[in-house]
Amino acid sequence: MTPFRTHNGTVAPLDRANVDTDQIIPKQFLKRIERTGFGEFLFYDWRFLPSGELDSTFVLNEPRYRAASILVAGKNFGCGSSREHAPWALVDYGFRAVIAPSFADIFANNCMKNGLLPVTLGEEEVAAIIENARTIDNYGLTVDLERRTVTDGRGFSASFAIDDFQRHCLMEGLDDIGLTLLYEADIAAYERKRSAIG
Amino acid sequence: MPRTLFEKIWDAHVVREPEDQPTLLYIDLHLVHEVTSPQAFAGLRVASRRVRRPDLTVATVDHNVPTTDRSLPIADPIGAKQINTLRRNCHDFGIQLFDIDSAEQGIVHVIGPELGLTQPGMTVVCGDSHTSTHGAFGTLAFGIGTSEVEHVLATQCLPQNKPRSMLIDVRGALPEGVSAKDLALGMIGGIGTDGATGHVIEYAGDAVRELSMEGRMTLCNMSIEAGARAGMIAPDETTFAYLQGRRFAPRGTAWTEAQDYWKTLRSDNDARFDRKVELDASALEPHVTWGTSPGMVVPVTGCVPDPAAAKSEADRRASERALEYMALTPRTRIQDIQVDRVFIGSCTNARIEDLRAAARIVKGYQTNRSVNAMVVPGSQAVKRAAESEGLDRIFRDSGFEWREAGCSMCLGMNPDILQPGERCASTSNRNFEGRQGRGGRTHLVSPMMAAAAAITGHFTDVREWKFK
Repeated sequence: MTPFRTHNGTVAPLDRANVDTDQIIPKQFLKRIERTGFGEFLFYDWRFLPSGELDSTFVLNEPRYRAASILVAGKNFGCGSSREHAPWALVDYGFRAVIAPSFADIFANNCMKNGLLPVTLGEEEVAAIIENARTIDNYGLTVDLERRTVTDGRGFSASFAIDDFQRHCLMEGLDDIGLTLLYEADIAAYERKRSAIG
Repeated sequence: MPRTLFEKIWDAHVVREPEDQPTLLYIDLHLVHEVTSPQAFAGLRVASRRVRRPDLTVATVDHNVPTTDRSLPIADPIGAKQINTLRRNCHDFGIQLFDIDSAEQGIVHVIGPELGLTQPGMTVVCGDSHTSTHGAFGTLAFGIGTSEVEHVLATQCLPQNKPRSMLIDVRGALPEGVSAKDLALGMIGGIGTDGATGHVIEYAGDAVRELSMEGRMTLCNMSIEAGARAGMIAPDETTFAYLQGRRFAPRGTAWTEAQDYWKTLRSDNDARFDRKVELDASALEPHVTWGTSPGMVVPVTGCVPDPAAAKSEADRRASERALEYMALTPRTRIQDIQVDRVFIGSCTNARIEDLRAAARIVKGYQTNRSVNAMVVPGSQAVKRAAESEGLDRIFRDSGFEWREAGCSMCLGMNPDILQPGERCASTSNRNFEGRQGRGGRTHLVSPMMAAAAAITGHFTDVREWKFK
């Protein structure tokens, strides 16, 4: 996993609540057996018209947001299906962080496993970022995981909470399966105890 | 110290509580399907890891499979490749697979309980958000992503932070014509699609105790639509009666011992929940969703809401957007909304009791000539049971298509999809934009409500149905 420590990037505003994983990556693209190559299908039904042409009215298709690497959106982002293809698509497209007032549990977990940082901020802070991203050209943010802050260098500053262990894994790019396997003796002992009862 | 049902199961599965790290939780049953597993097995191969407990891992194919003639090859080459990949992975890693030609094939959340694999007190995971279904048996069951699938394959454990607990106490009795699906939709409408985020819900109360196992599965299934990590119901005589004699259920003295343990799986009287919600079942009506999120729901006697009356600016914009997508006008009576398609199926509502309820409505009637209706049983076993009761005849005679088992039009990964602009009464769980096909418009309802809409061509209050 790519470590995440601090990231500077342009912000794209997706001012919608309850963005579900079916929107992030529609089902017809879930048949690939690799983890890569999902970026071109990100938000497919919103980015592309039924004819297959780009929908120029969709926010990510606006030239000023083409290079964005931070997505800011409404509450309950990533609700619905557990498909990890959603964070794979966001990462493959070029996003490193998503900022929202709340995230669905499974989606947030899946992000952490893929070096994509879900940043939970207050509704008003999110609204301010969305407004700035709309009105200021190339509006950028610095997301600092070590200090747990989001700043824009223009006076906006917000801090966010994140589980210490998940933060540690993200910062170090750790393989958590490897960590669990360190507890092999505990797992084996648990299994022995269980089979003795059962 | 008094404990909740959730805490009892959690405590019984703690392998280790490392300092400054999440708890390492043991997983009793890992269900696997073709869509969310290929990358997990690929990860194992890259790291030269084995599957720790193939004996606790069970696979089937459900998301991708066609529901038409199974003797034909799968037309979609990419879908076929995904299914073949699961076959190879199960073969190479020694995992039992209920394949497309198996008599036990079906939706993973239908066959787990049906085979008696899902048992009270277990921890159950699957790379699928509707794993919450299994909580109906008093299990801690939750959906995971593909990285976590790989984690469980390799270690049979998951590092987990303990979720918060929520009690949903459903008082009173569900009126005739009002089902577990309506209870689920009413609950989500009440607490919101993120109302239970970070929580494990325990459903309790008279109305829940009265539900059959099928009804309990429907209710727990949709916990995820309220944002919950899991939903669960304490096991009781209904649970035991359902399980006894099933293929993987304990037998003989093991059955007696298991039952003794299962009877301890209930929240202690003064156990503390982080949140409590009360619902009155007797006041519930059949529900119909009008928008593009399961929380956008009203009783069948209601109208499409006016966004102008929304509680917040964000809600108003979400409602406007949903109405535009759904091509609905504010204040339209729900019963004036006409449908083009009817889908009876999915891990929410494709069990035998669901099909019986729908068939009771349909019997003696013809589907409306402008409606294309289909029934997709949840499993081959459900299909056989329905056929032995003659339900397939009732459906076919009235104009329904009768299909093979799978996820089908719930998410449209196989050829069963809505065409742009088509409006569907669906017994599935998600009415998201494009979920059943790009441009398709989904209204979530109970099996009875879907069946009635197929006959009349519009949403109809099943409490007033004239049964034939």
